[in-house]
Amino acid sequence: MKFTVGWLKEHLETDATLDEIAQKLMAVGLEVEAIMDSSETLAPFVVGHVIDCSPHPDADKLQVCSVDTGDGAPLQVVCGAPNVRAGMKGVFAPPGTTVPGTGLHLKKAKIRGVESNGMLCSERELGVSDEHEGIIELPDDAPVGAPYAAYAGMDDPVIEIGITPNRQDCLGVHGIARDLAAAGLGAVKMPPVSAVSGSFRSSISVERRLGDNGDACPMFVGRYVKGVKNGPSPRWLQDRLRAIGLRPISALVDMTNFLTFDRGRPLHVFDADTIAGGIHIRLSRPGEKLLALDGKEYTLDDAVTVIADDDGPLALGGIIGGESSGCSAETTNVFIEAALFDTVRTAMSGRKLGILSDARYRFERGVDPDAVVSGMEIATRMVLDLCGGEASELVVAGEVPDWRKTVEFRPARVHALIGLDVPEDESLSILASLGFAARRDGAQLLIDVPSWRRDIDGEADLVEEVARIKGYDAIPITPLEKSRAVTRPALTAEQRRRVAARRVLASRGLNECVTWSFMPGEQAMAFGGGSDDMRLKNPISAELDVMRPSILPNLVAATARNVDRGFADVALFETGPQYAGRAPDDQSMVTAGVRRGAAVPRHWQDRGRDVDVFDAKSDVLAVLEELGAPVAKLQVSTDAPSWYHPGRSGVLRLGPKKTLAAFGELHPATLRALDCEGPCVGFEIYLDALPERRSAGNANRGALDLNALQPVDRDFAFLVDADVPASNLVAAAGAAEKKLIVGATVFDVFSGGSLGEGKKSVAIRVTLQPLEKTFTESEIDAIAEKIVASVSKATGAVLRG
Amino acid sequence: MTTMQDPKTLEDELIAAANSANSLDQLETLRVSALGRKGRVTELMKTLGAMAPDERKTAGPAFNRLKDSVAEAIEARRAALEAAAIDERLVQERVDITLPVRPETRGTIHPVSQVTEELIAIFADMGFELAEGPDIEDDFHNFTALNMPPEHPARQMHDTFYLASDGDTQQLLRTHTSTVQIRAMTSRRPPHRLIVPGRTYRSDSDMTHTPMFHQVEGLVIDKTTHMGHLKGCLIEFARAFFDIDDLPYRFRPSYFPFTEPSAEMDIGCSRDGGELRIGGGDDWLEILGCGMVNPRVLENCGVDPTEYQGFAFGLGIDRIAMLKYGIPDLRSFFESDLRWLRHYGFSALDVPTLAGGLAR
Repeated sequence: MKFTVGWLKEHLETDATLDEIAQKLMAVGLEVEAIMDSSETLAPFVVGHVIDCSPHPDADKLQVCSVDTGDGAPLQVVCGAPNVRAGMKGVFAPPGTTVPGTGLHLKKAKIRGVESNGMLCSERELGVSDEHEGIIELPDDAPVGAPYAAYAGMDDPVIEIGITPNRQDCLGVHGIARDLAAAGLGAVKMPPVSAVSGSFRSSISVERRLGDNGDACPMFVGRYVKGVKNGPSPRWLQDRLRAIGLRPISALVDMTNFLTFDRGRPLHVFDADTIAGGIHIRLSRPGEKLLALDGKEYTLDDAVTVIADDDGPLALGGIIGGESSGCSAETTNVFIEAALFDTVRTAMSGRKLGILSDARYRFERGVDPDAVVSGMEIATRMVLDLCGGEASELVVAGEVPDWRKTVEFRPARVHALIGLDVPEDESLSILASLGFAARRDGAQLLIDVPSWRRDIDGEADLVEEVARIKGYDAIPITPLEKSRAVTRPALTAEQRRRVAARRVLASRGLNECVTWSFMPGEQAMAFGGGSDDMRLKNPISAELDVMRPSILPNLVAATARNVDRGFADVALFETGPQYAGRAPDDQSMVTAGVRRGAAVPRHWQDRGRDVDVFDAKSDVLAVLEELGAPVAKLQVSTDAPSWYHPGRSGVLRLGPKKTLAAFGELHPATLRALDCEGPCVGFEIYLDALPERRSAGNANRGALDLNALQPVDRDFAFLVDADVPASNLVAAAGAAEKKLIVGATVFDVFSGGSLGEGKKSVAIRVTLQPLEKTFTESEIDAIAEKIVASVSKATGAVLRG
Repeated sequence: MTTMQDPKTLEDELIAAANSANSLDQLETLRVSALGRKGRVTELMKTLGAMAPDERKTAGPAFNRLKDSVAEAIEARRAALEAAAIDERLVQERVDITLPVRPETRGTIHPVSQVTEELIAIFADMGFELAEGPDIEDDFHNFTALNMPPEHPARQMHDTFYLASDGDTQQLLRTHTSTVQIRAMTSRRPPHRLIVPGRTYRSDSDMTHTPMFHQVEGLVIDKTTHMGHLKGCLIEFARAFFDIDDLPYRFRPSYFPFTEPSAEMDIGCSRDGGELRIGGGDDWLEILGCGMVNPRVLENCGVDPTEYQGFAFGLGIDRIAMLKYGIPDLRSFFESDLRWLRHYGFSALDVPTLAGGLAR
């Protein structure tokens, strides 16, 4: 919403400066978005008189002019405008001026060898329009040397404010003045609206044919004015409209635009001679068309409120007028409309048809329902003043809807809600200044809401009115009391895990990413997602059209982008949600990671090594260990999801059902689909599946069992079938003597050579812990025999000689 | 051995030999020949037994001195030779220490995670707990319960992403984390003191808007909290977060359907030379929206508004991360460009705490 200070002062008696006005607007919640003070930016520009004009000696398109600027001797100015000529008056800018339209700083300069002492300007250079065909031409009577902004009526500062959706009452300058007056910035001017007495009955009748949809247009007031002359509107009106960015068109059109912004009261004026029969307000019929004033043709459904005549729609109620019934220079008889349109239907129709208009903007937020007739009277008065003519009696269809609203107000609620003690009489006087009327009903204090405040819903709204007029600065800063002196944990165990998972992986050299929750549908299918119900109806692009079933594809794609930028070795992870379905429980928290390129980069001591499945497994185990998962108890199996390499991937489980993580080399088809060149491994840790950690208040770790006797290591090399998992051998070894064996690990694996087809050698080291006294050789031999027997039994392995 | 050597001559000779030994082997040979079982000094010592007591009285101490000083000379020489040998080995072992170390990659924490942890640290200290809810929401939690009935004009400002419809349940991606207010208030009794960081979605994309971004919602509901507390809480937050004790602030009336009265909070900044600087200066920057929870919202959640009241606020995590750490482009947060991650990311050990400081 834009307006000028001069315009505001038509409604507000005040001596406030521009700065004070701006501050107060902010304080009452009318956010100042911009102030354009042309009297400042255009200060150096004056009316200049081109006394003489001759061709530039060295340039075809340039003229050397002598310009009287009203200040001393005429100045020599080089000008390239096609319309510059001796005798004309234009807008002159001296050296030292910053040209607002171009940002250029003018200097005295030689142009092709001829000195130029300033510039004659176009509208674009002044920043007042895009016009740049030539320089501005002023009338002959323009006073030489006068400041151009004042001469052109552009010295009135323009204020642009943002209006929140609730403040429909401030979509007119009058409403803004009312708020400022209430906040102590002066007195609002309220000249009485005098009714124009009609001298004849309108030949155009109005009928509401809305049936059950009467709310669509509860009231329509029309008036016929005959014998008007629709020329250009007067200068003051044109200046006002131009200042807020509207182009003056004709007196009748300018009047409606003016009242839209002056009073927040959209109106429409029909050329009465184009109307066939009477006017009826009805809902549109499917397929009906209207060529609107924006030059576009709209095809309507069955739900748009239209103003129609016997031939069809003339205008879309509360949204836009029609081309055929619009006013032109030839218009002599007009029919003025002041009506009320339903907020919801106006919003829906406007959105459906894609029409943004000043009328729609106001009607969809709610126009003062009690100002239909007064709006008509103001409009009629303006038409008669600007265009002459003779007005009919009012034609009224429908009636003012019941807008009255009463809200109970307990003045003590002001202090309770905002913490500021405002005496009751002060609260009531603030409300009164905004148009609210207070009355008592027994012990109750009732507040009648004025017709223009469609947003007031309850007591809290009244408290806000008092608070914002008092100013939020007055609200005392009060510390938020803590219920306990020492801060208690704010995170649940699950939330702490996420933080820990991130920090473990970052400490292992991976870079954390945050990628979109959505991804390309086609790729999602390869990750078990992309079903229709996970698709967005209105995606921002086809690349981001379904909710991700896994984080991995986004990370692989990010990896590929980094590889393309020249980074061969990439390690990325993300901790975030993935979506198996729409229900809240279908969303789970996952930490996923990708490593690509070298796991160990080439170094002068080392030839380097590419990433492999064990890097991914190692990341997974490090995270699980840190998160307190019972890593030693986990089972490994080879049934990882299809996006992993089937022979180089695995799943870690706790018990048969709880899958904690998957890891592995990524399937070549996955990499190809995501345009990523390997080697590339990945992992996914399903954080929500992790078992609960210890309960609060129990941090006891148990006693440390320190055995004075040294453990003993024994190595065993087994020959076993190649497809037997090494972990089976380790498990069987450990099971041989549960109390005494405290560790077992694989330290060598090889196949081929003398071992024979389908066989491999697995060497394990077993650590034995004596409990009472040091082992004797024979005791160790006995244990070793048990180990060999156990491993053989479980895996078919034989001890290599 | 028939002739007894003069002890003094023997001592001089052996010490000279020790001092001139130029290897540990040579020195060992000398030691054996002097002090070994059949060594010359040992042999000399043996002659004491055959001496007359008087003679022994003088020769004994002299011979012992001789033995000690020879042993001492040999030991000294051994230490010198060993030191020289070590020195020599060390010279041989010299490496070019300008060579690079084995490469280790430094991982990083994303600014969104880091700033979220900062927010949690600050608000936890004011007694807030973390709450969460799903990204895929329904109309009730995202709009209706928050006092935005179907045709509310504010809905249009939300640019909502909808999931392809299946029947009556129109599901959407939450446009704010205020949804969790509703989930918390409908599932637990007041009082509430919650913050809700999380992903939020709006169908918008340019320099300052991305289809996904992060928001933290705050909610305080009890019987006494008023707008003065809201100011106290948020001023305290802003000053702690930006680490500027005299950070200028102002609260302006604004409008949100779910709060009444509503406000926006601005903090002081300067934009000299096009560079935004938080703190002094004569300009203002909006950082968050807030207000007293609208009684309608409380009613919608089954909380009695005549008994309970409180405030709510919401701010963009990515946005305040940009402001604090000078990150120019919101879109870059989600591009996973390694160069960006390394430049703007945080060390794994840089865990924000109030005691240790929020930012290094």
